[in-house]
Amino acid sequence: MTAYIPKHIPAEGYIPPSRQREKPKSDYKWIGKNMKRVEDPRLLTGQGGYIDDVKLPNMAHAAVLRSDRAHARIKRIDVSKAAALPGVLLVMTGEDAKKVTGPTAQFASPPVVQYCIAVDRVRHVGEAVAAVVAETRYIAEDACELIAVEYEDLPVVIDPEAAINSTGDAVLHPERGPTNLAYRKTFSFGPVADDFAKADLVVERKLRWPRSGGQPLETVGAVADYQSGTGKFNVYANSSFVNYVGWLVGASLGVPAHKFNLIPVTTGGSFGSKLFPHKVLTLTATLARACGRPVKYLEDRIDSTTSCDNHGSDRLYRCKLALKKDGTILGLKFQVIDDYGAYLQFGYGTHGNSLCQIVGPYRINSVEMELVAVMTNKCQQGAYRGFGSEVTNWMIERMVDAGADALKMDPFEIRRKNLIQPDQFPYVIPSGNVYDSGNYPAVMDEAVKIANLEKWKGIQAKGRAAGRCIGIGVASCQERSVFSATEFWSLNPTDNPGFQLTSSPESTQIRIDPTGCIQVTLGSPFWGNSPETMATQIVAEQFQTDPANVNIVYADTNSGFNSTGPGGSRFTVMIAGAIVGASMKLKEKMLRIAGKMLEAKPTDLEFREGKIGVKGVPGMEKTIGEVAIFAHYFRLSLPDGDEYSSGLEASYVYDHPLTTMPANDRSHLGIFYPIMGHMCHLALVEVEPKTGKIKILDYVAVHDAGTVVNPMTLAGHIRGGTAQGIGSALYEHFYYDEAGQLLTATLVDYLIPTLREMPEQIRVGHVETPSPFTEYGIKGGGEGGRMGAPGALSRAVEDALSPYGVKIDELPLTPRRVRALVRAKER
Amino acid sequence: MSKSVTVNVRVNGKAYTRTVEPRMLLSDFLREELELKGTHVGCEHGVCGTCTVLLDGQSARSCLLFAAQIDGAEVRTVEGLAQNGAMSPLQQAFWEKHGLQCGFCTPGMLMVATELLERNPNPSLEEIREAVSSNLCRCTGYYNIVEAVQAAVALSKEARK
Repeated sequence: MTAYIPKHIPAEGYIPPSRQREKPKSDYKWIGKNMKRVEDPRLLTGQGGYIDDVKLPNMAHAAVLRSDRAHARIKRIDVSKAAALPGVLLVMTGEDAKKVTGPTAQFASPPVVQYCIAVDRVRHVGEAVAAVVAETRYIAEDACELIAVEYEDLPVVIDPEAAINSTGDAVLHPERGPTNLAYRKTFSFGPVADDFAKADLVVERKLRWPRSGGQPLETVGAVADYQSGTGKFNVYANSSFVNYVGWLVGASLGVPAHKFNLIPVTTGGSFGSKLFPHKVLTLTATLARACGRPVKYLEDRIDSTTSCDNHGSDRLYRCKLALKKDGTILGLKFQVIDDYGAYLQFGYGTHGNSLCQIVGPYRINSVEMELVAVMTNKCQQGAYRGFGSEVTNWMIERMVDAGADALKMDPFEIRRKNLIQPDQFPYVIPSGNVYDSGNYPAVMDEAVKIANLEKWKGIQAKGRAAGRCIGIGVASCQERSVFSATEFWSLNPTDNPGFQLTSSPESTQIRIDPTGCIQVTLGSPFWGNSPETMATQIVAEQFQTDPANVNIVYADTNSGFNSTGPGGSRFTVMIAGAIVGASMKLKEKMLRIAGKMLEAKPTDLEFREGKIGVKGVPGMEKTIGEVAIFAHYFRLSLPDGDEYSSGLEASYVYDHPLTTMPANDRSHLGIFYPIMGHMCHLALVEVEPKTGKIKILDYVAVHDAGTVVNPMTLAGHIRGGTAQGIGSALYEHFYYDEAGQLLTATLVDYLIPTLREMPEQIRVGHVETPSPFTEYGIKGGGEGGRMGAPGALSRAVEDALSPYGVKIDELPLTPRRVRALVRAKER
Repeated sequence: MSKSVTVNVRVNGKAYTRTVEPRMLLSDFLREELELKGTHVGCEHGVCGTCTVLLDGQSARSCLLFAAQIDGAEVRTVEGLAQNGAMSPLQQAFWEKHGLQCGFCTPGMLMVATELLERNPNPSLEEIREAVSSNLCRCTGYYNIVEAVQAAVALSKEARK
């Protein structure tokens, strides 16, 4: 295979060799099958075990008083009435908390100091001002109302462009600099000036992506127990960073990692929002230690909308795309202003992420990004399905459509002309990331086929003739999967890049009990995906045994190894790697033992139908159970040597399959998100210009996530992700007014799509281009739908309204916005 | 206002008597007083339907009711759907059709669908869509939930044969 590597990147040894051990094949027994989920029976019968279901003996309950001001100094807090209320155990202000607990963990450089309860100053509506622990949540909330806070209002900064030049009291974090500009730097990859000089045409657009968020139906919570005798915390939490960086919360609390045990629970949806809920974890543990009893704190909905860790990207783009007359795209240049809100959690990682697929699926030779990160009086950003790349996908697709319109080209034609071709992989893009494999034209062909595009065009023509506004939209987008931690810090100042993680591994432990049942311990929790089903299918494949013989359990921090957890569409790839590693170790030992039992050479044996048998000799075999009981209890019948020691257990830590470091001068960022999925989304919509209503008449989503482990659950992710993409494109918006009040703080106002906002169905297709770098060739697919739908819908609405000449530059496309666009053209 | 009130209810066929604060929500009553953790609370404003239970056969948002309001009522929750350890046809169909991911909205979805199927064992697609549209799901995009209810209709017909 010959890699495509752009000239500004040193080609020699740039792509490390593949470490793939399980080569993709076509005849799996368990992988690729629509297996019903292992997780479901308990979830269907009300036995989910979510965070609010955890009840410890003597447990107390916390509530939080939150700021109703967007920006103010805290002059005085009087807690006396609250503390005197019967049933109240503890009232804690920021000053109190700061005495025992340090700043919360975060990954920005330079850091932004944030406490689990605000100290001296509040910086957004909803920020914690005081917390109460009481015998019941009802009493705790009563007590919050009895706390008197005296504020001195400060200037409120809401407009991200104005934030760049804020001065004086309007500056949120004066210790970080004289304005609310958090960070500004230009990154240039490849010959940008040359490419723009060569262009026949440069199209320019200003684009606005509004903040939305995962808003799972279950909010973030924790139950913390502190034992003063051991100085140890046990904390139940719906976080997925249990065995990754959860220990950083221990650091905030002033205890070493081994004294902070995180216990995973079933999570009621995350979509990125529960990666690392540092505020809830740190606060709950702080309260438990202070009051000497186990404490439960669960965000209520308004706690969550106003002060969660997961508002998504909030960006303003000014973009230029350089093209030749024939539609060839040469280069992309943009400035992006991102409104990070009042604090930073993952630094500028959402832009590190975006740069891994910044040319989309297209052969774009050079890219320049000026990143302008600002801080305003809004809730901080965290992760939301796509982690910033869903926004660049939308931006790229908008620019490609703008190019097509300027050249009067068909949107499909301009895309096909610029798609990276199947023989060009592995393909290194200007930012340095690798696209491992793909067949983009095949994905578009499949989408066009499923949609029956000619039929759609007929519906559109007929509708237009009758005066209806019907439009067709296409988006061809990337879905990078399997993040490397370099994305979190590669954009940080190079003289002080901060917390430079380079490894984000995943681990597992597999044990086979004396009856032959295979128990798999996952280091990462369930958060709404299908980790047990995936692991079961892969283990069944490895041992050629029935999935009913596989049992999945979850490790807490006490027992788990390095495991990053779900996020960045990494889990299926990474847990497959860990399972393959552990299974190979275990199988080697089992073959050795079975060889003694069957008086055969291990190399002549195979795993088949729950047994280990001599190849080509039916009946010459032992069941896994027979081998297991022998391995556990009949040690003395086996030769000396550790390779025959009692029991069957193996652990394995699987490191990232393909990642390299960024260049010191950041002329490229190395390989950091290479397992590249792809999608083509097609939307057929009707817009009512008189009301602004948008109806999705038909929708097709074809994805390539490499080898598919379970087509049914992958389709579930695609449909659910698309639903969220529809929400982001048409309905959802965390809308702050000029005073910094969040006007969409409940699900009454923050519009999650219901069934009525969805198309009757999303027709899903799969194309499989296995990765040459991962076990079995699996790629991630967890975020996909949300990363394609906004582009396809924006174009479809633009196309529908083409009689009005409307351009779609801002989301969400609410009826009000659509009406305003139409009205402006009617004048 | 009295500081406490006695509530007599039958939940999933079993009688309970509890003395609680008049302001205790039905959702908290079920979860905290009766230890029935299957009913979940999502939005607390009656929007999402996650907390839906059946009250004398009719679906109701348990986050918008006080326990005191249901004295004497018959309540059914997700815990009452499986009989003798066997999931109901509706639960089986949700499993079969991948009608859930994180499972948090699922108890509410099961209760609105149970209400529909008890009133109308043979609903049209539009009737199913109407019932499901009352609740939010953030994971699935709803399509598989509708399919699951359709499959449950078929399973129930099969069982009645």
